[in-house]
Amino acid sequence: MPEETKGTDPVSPEPSSPAGAPVASGEGAGSGAKASAETSPSSAAPTVPPTSVPAAKAEVPSAAKTAEPAAAAPAADKPATPAKPAVPATGEKPTAPAAAKPAAAKPVPKPEGPKPEPWEAELVTRLRSQYGSGVKEASTYLGQKYLVVDSSIVYEILLRMRQDEMFDYCVDITAVHYPKREAQFDIVYILYSFHHNQRVRVKTQIKDGERLRTVVGIWETANWLEREVFDMFGIEFDGHPDLKRILLPDGWKGYPLRKDYPILQQDQEWVHINLGIESGQ
Amino acid sequence: MSERTDYLDLDTKDETFLDATELVLNMGPQHPSTHGVLRVILKLDGEKVLGTECVIGYLHRGVEKIAENRTYAMFNPYVDRMDYVAAVSNGLGYCEAVEKLLSVEAPPRAQYIRVILTELCRIASHQVWLGTHALDIGAITPLFYCFRDREEVLKIFEKYCGARLTTHAFRIGGCIYEAYEGFEQDCKKFCDAFLPKLDEYEELLTTNRIWVERTKGVGILNPEDCIALGVTGPVLRASGVKWDLRKAQPYESYKDFDFMIPTGLHGDTYDRYLVRIEEMRQAARIIRQAVDGLPQGPIMAMVPKVIKPPVGEVYHSIEAPKGELGYFIVSDASTQPYRIRVRPPSFVNLQALDKMVRGLLVADVVAVIGTLDIVLGEVDR
Amino acid sequence: MIEYIKGYLSTGTTPGEAGNLFWATVYILLVIVGVSVAVLCMNWLERKILAHMQIRLGPMRVGPHGLLQPFADALKLLIKEDIIPHDADKLVFWSAPVVVTMTAFTTFLVVPFGRTHAVTDMNIGVLFMLGVSSLGVLGIIMAGWSSNSHYPLMGSLRSSAQMVSYEIAMGLAIVSAVLMTSLQTGTGTLSMIGIVEAQASQHTWFIFKFFPLGFLAFAVFAIAMVAETNRAPFDLPEAESELVAGFHTEYSGFRWSLFFLAEYSAMLAVSSIAVTLWLGGWMRPFPTWLGGSTWNMAFSFLPALTFFVLAAMCFLGTIRMPKIPQFRIQTIGLGTFGALLGFVGLVLLVPAVSVRVQDIYWFVVKVAFFMYLYIWYRGTFPRYRFDQLMKVGWKVLLPTGLGVLIATALWGLMPQLSAAITGVLQ
Repeated sequence: MPEETKGTDPVSPEPSSPAGAPVASGEGAGSGAKASAETSPSSAAPTVPPTSVPAAKAEVPSAAKTAEPAAAAPAADKPATPAKPAVPATGEKPTAPAAAKPAAAKPVPKPEGPKPEPWEAELVTRLRSQYGSGVKEASTYLGQKYLVVDSSIVYEILLRMRQDEMFDYCVDITAVHYPKREAQFDIVYILYSFHHNQRVRVKTQIKDGERLRTVVGIWETANWLEREVFDMFGIEFDGHPDLKRILLPDGWKGYPLRKDYPILQQDQEWVHINLGIESGQ
Repeated sequence: MSERTDYLDLDTKDETFLDATELVLNMGPQHPSTHGVLRVILKLDGEKVLGTECVIGYLHRGVEKIAENRTYAMFNPYVDRMDYVAAVSNGLGYCEAVEKLLSVEAPPRAQYIRVILTELCRIASHQVWLGTHALDIGAITPLFYCFRDREEVLKIFEKYCGARLTTHAFRIGGCIYEAYEGFEQDCKKFCDAFLPKLDEYEELLTTNRIWVERTKGVGILNPEDCIALGVTGPVLRASGVKWDLRKAQPYESYKDFDFMIPTGLHGDTYDRYLVRIEEMRQAARIIRQAVDGLPQGPIMAMVPKVIKPPVGEVYHSIEAPKGELGYFIVSDASTQPYRIRVRPPSFVNLQALDKMVRGLLVADVVAVIGTLDIVLGEVDR
Repeated sequence: MIEYIKGYLSTGTTPGEAGNLFWATVYILLVIVGVSVAVLCMNWLERKILAHMQIRLGPMRVGPHGLLQPFADALKLLIKEDIIPHDADKLVFWSAPVVVTMTAFTTFLVVPFGRTHAVTDMNIGVLFMLGVSSLGVLGIIMAGWSSNSHYPLMGSLRSSAQMVSYEIAMGLAIVSAVLMTSLQTGTGTLSMIGIVEAQASQHTWFIFKFFPLGFLAFAVFAIAMVAETNRAPFDLPEAESELVAGFHTEYSGFRWSLFFLAEYSAMLAVSSIAVTLWLGGWMRPFPTWLGGSTWNMAFSFLPALTFFVLAAMCFLGTIRMPKIPQFRIQTIGLGTFGALLGFVGLVLLVPAVSVRVQDIYWFVVKVAFFMYLYIWYRGTFPRYRFDQLMKVGWKVLLPTGLGVLIATALWGLMPQLSAAITGVLQ
């Protein structure tokens, strides 16, 4: 999968990421001190799984950032780039400088972009004491709390959140794809506790092809949510009662919300067979 | 269906009269009362429902994928197309989520205008629900009453932003349109005229014997099931859980207003009906307060022309007419969102259908689909 | 020839009684045409009345105030493509609408529109009518089964269960009305004409007889007849929001219009039974209280008056039409229609005509009242669920009907009973 990504990328990710890393650490925009400290070893080399959490987060933006001052060069991970530089370049004259100005001005004197702050709470201490380094990060960002945990213990943590910490409502399960990271997917569980009136995001990272244990047994609502994650990202959940496509038709090829699935792509074959027409593209 | 034995109550099979074999009935996607293109496969014993399976996605447009290829501002109109009967609420949720990511807050006047329009939209959405729900149960007249009165809401929308259905009324950072001349009077006039109309709907239905028989005790969801299934909005409140994001985690200026959260006792279709009716009254109450207290001042916060939120991710949710509508936005500091996840209330609520209709009759399936108040544009996105 | 017609017109019997085959045929044709026209009117009225209940205008485009809409609909249905599903049982599929329509029309054989205005006066009229109208369910089952599709099948099964169970309550109510014909006078009859004449001789409509028993029996019948004709709130067999269109889901074009025709003529037929049995059939209201030649005279003007009022309404509509060229044809059309109605009213003023039309007029007015009720129900009520429908039928209507029947019998036997008791006591 990473190979494919690189292949389709107009701007090679190899040079951009190491170049991006110092920028990110220097400005610290978007990631805390912790993140910047860990960024330098990470780069894009697929060799550093343990530090991948904040590093990966910093990586993508850093790539984008290096690109921006250079007259809106395409973001590294977006294949649909040809359209993009055209917008600022050929767009209306008055907006072009306006667009360039904040772009240039904002990142440099604005390190004020909110940073994740460590989240100190009994819940975190309890979890840390039990799972130790399995809980990789516990932070708040813009007042929103999140935990980053290792994929091996995410099920236990979620079970514990449900049973002991009274997070009885699973708001959402979704995923984010970072194609250039080794652990390509962030799985995000958004939980809510009626008792504490509190929302917590539990995040974990998995590689492509890695499977997670289903949480349908913990929250019934996870059934369709996990099916949608499977449908859109191709992440499989062990023990799911009915893991099949939900929004796309059965037999569709490809997982649309992966970053290497361009927006205009279609399953031509499926369209041809099932609709009897040639695909519009 | 045969391989999905876990979903089917096979024990009842042998008890059926003369051991009749089950009938598999395909309801939809083209069916008068599946509210669009929902397809429900029903496994029936006579008319009794043994199990259901929802097939959705006929209206899937890949909204989340589109978001990744549009700028933040460009994506704003798209969210209106999800829950198209409550477009204003969708826009509010999206704008607020991006504002949170940008750490800006809409100025008070903008917040009040937003609240007014969102509550008007809640009324309009509930009216569409009431009309179609009643139509599903066989009462055709309330539909026309509801649409007549919804027209007034749409007129206000049209005067405000030029569009009636997919309004795109709000912008990131506030509102782009100042309240037009006579906006306050229009809203007040609407509230004054609307409440008697609401009594009129109630006259037709609330004490109607057939309506009560058709809805009482049908599709019961107890609070535990609701929470386990992630059901939100009026459906959750009708089960007796007093939880409304407008109170629990107030956004915009909702903490300024005095309103009640109606809850039900039994969690059946009738309670859901009563809860939604009362919600319309409360919405009118909020509108009145907001119009009275509409502050002066700017309507747009300082937001850069090109929206480039700092790296980070944020989840923000609002109480849409159908339940918790959440946006999970991941930013990579570029002009386009790295990922937007919409947490659609209809999608999650629809999952409860199977639990609600087991053991009921075909006619109840229709009633329960209506009472869940789903919009397929939002289910399929 | 004219002498022959005149001779017949003065007989004062139905053609069946007179054994006159020619006149029977004429009457049958008249009934078929009349019922079809009534269905067309009903179609327009239902759409208009329902629309006005629902703050809409209803059909407004085809002809002034949509007056030509039923004709346009009929034309559309006739020239529509006739689709038969591939897997349908063709013969049964073909014959189902025929069966339904035929049974619906056959019931009109014994409906007395007036003392002499019936095809025949059968001495088992009520029985015949019940029997024939319950054959309609056969056509519905045939339609549902032969369509080879789930929704029609479920619709037809619902329909059969519903019609069978409501027929019992209906029958009980009818029996209690029939009992009333024999009580006091001792001349019990099943003839439709006989029943009306019994009401005339007892100087009361059966709805008011033995109050509240007559009324209760009437109420049972009035509810059961709505269920029997599959109309809201008992329209489960064709419940649009559940079963798409029920037993006629797969039908289109002309075959569908036959079902439509049958449904409306069945409504007319059962309303006719109700009118005959409880509302005094063709009798005008208050024949004894407001009796005498003056009152007779006054009442005989009513048919003409009705038409004059309708004509006046048409002229009012003509005046209110927008005065723009696009509306000229509509205005002229409405005016012509009003003039036509006025002309009919004038014809009805002719004494010879008015005497013979009196009966029909009152009968039609009473049936129209029931038709209006049908529309009113449809605009007001949600739909019953199947189990609730059965519950109402078996647990409410059936016991009520039985109770009313027994109570009627006891009440009617009161003189004999009291005489017997006093005899025993003495």
